[in-house]
Amino acid sequence: MDHTQQPQHTNRQYEEDLRGLRAGLLKMGGLVERQIAETIEALVNRDSDHAREIIKRDQEVNRLDIENDEQCIRLLALHQPTASDLRFITTGLKITTDLERIGDNAVNICERALELNEVPQLKPYIDLPRMAEIAQSMVKDSIDAFMRDDTDLADQVIERDDEVDMLNYQVYRELLSYMAEDPHTISSATRLLFVSKYLERIADHATNIAEMVVYMVKGKMIKHVETRRREEREASS
Amino acid sequence: MAADTTNKLIVNKLNAYFNKHHALHDVSLSFPDKRVAAIIGPSGCGKSTLVRCLNRMHEVVPGARADGEVMLDGDNIYGDDVDPVQVRRRIGMVFQKPTPFPTMSIEDNVAAGLTLNGASINRAERDQIVERSLRQAALWEEVKDRLRRPGASLSGGQQQRLCVARALAVKPEVLLMDEPCSALDPISTARIEELLLELKAEFTIVIVTHNMQQAARCSDMTAFMYTGNLIEYGETKQIFTNPTRRETEDYITGRFG
Repeated sequence: MDHTQQPQHTNRQYEEDLRGLRAGLLKMGGLVERQIAETIEALVNRDSDHAREIIKRDQEVNRLDIENDEQCIRLLALHQPTASDLRFITTGLKITTDLERIGDNAVNICERALELNEVPQLKPYIDLPRMAEIAQSMVKDSIDAFMRDDTDLADQVIERDDEVDMLNYQVYRELLSYMAEDPHTISSATRLLFVSKYLERIADHATNIAEMVVYMVKGKMIKHVETRRREEREASS
Repeated sequence: MAADTTNKLIVNKLNAYFNKHHALHDVSLSFPDKRVAAIIGPSGCGKSTLVRCLNRMHEVVPGARADGEVMLDGDNIYGDDVDPVQVRRRIGMVFQKPTPFPTMSIEDNVAAGLTLNGASINRAERDQIVERSLRQAALWEEVKDRLRRPGASLSGGQQQRLCVARALAVKPEVLLMDEPCSALDPISTARIEELLLELKAEFTIVIVTHNMQQAARCSDMTAFMYTGNLIEYGETKQIFTNPTRRETEDYITGRFG
């Protein structure tokens, strides 16, 4: 049910606490989105100072993670939420973890960028910025979907994950051929491989968020659908 | 509804009135055998009226009447030749405030239903039933050494369990509870709730409660009522995580309706 159309809670403190959580998650989502965007800038521009700045800013992400967690726990303890409120809060609890991990992945990319900047550039980065762009848009849209109870947008995020997986594989094969040709490239190529993997993980976290949004709005778990279908088949046979 | 159980009580198009006031509108629902069903809803929504119709207690109030069907094991308790007293024997009731007979001893309280029903039983049988009922009500260990003390000497929580024992003494099949914990502290409430879970092995239980967490904790099925209508009825887990009706959602999440 769309929260924007819902009447307010009789308990004002409860209403305020729920809004506080929503605002906290929005703030954290915005910050994490910015971290990814700047990370890829720092990588492409080979800007080590910028990379260090981003790494430092992760403390803010972690602080918001703790704040959001505490807000969720407070809501659960004090208000015994049910139905859509319960789904909103449990989703918040999981989303904040995914966002925190996305922040960590941005830090990891910056760390690899700092190492890569010590040596000449192996190749122009083409697929990595494309991956980063998609991953960043997935994070943004998953948060927007959460804020607007928009399951269509969440579905789009989930679909886009395949593109990132494909690009990740493409980058892997390309770097593999570099390394096979010239072992001197191994050091840089493996670092770029990590960067690709981190971006792929960021897209996975955005997918998790989108799946939770579907749960929050519809009350249906769509995670691990394949696993569950297989189990059902095995149970019925 | 779970397929592994039959329905003990089936309510069909039940309407209830207090003089001209139409208190229940075409309520239809089924209570599965040996399960706990909770009825929730705001004050005046008709939840107490509904349970009181289930054992023909509603009509005891002057000007009150009901029509429709309540099938107990397939027989309509509102049938022409049905004796309401026999219905109440099979469908017992526990009320909001503990209502022990204050001057009667604990054991006489438990046995009250037996003798008031006019049955003649000997002392040994009576003692056996008193003990069995008090054990079922999880009160035996606390009172076995003072069975002749007055019922009013017990604490509120104990008095309520005494009322449960009294209801169980006549071996009912269904137990109706109208806000049994609203006058009790949290510990006594927890004991009653634990008791419910034990009792459902043998009885079908319908509980009216203002406390939604109580419904969530101890019922298998939950019915939400509003202004005399049954709005939604389903498995408790579903009602509390993902209700289908907007009115249910607003009520259980504590929003203005």
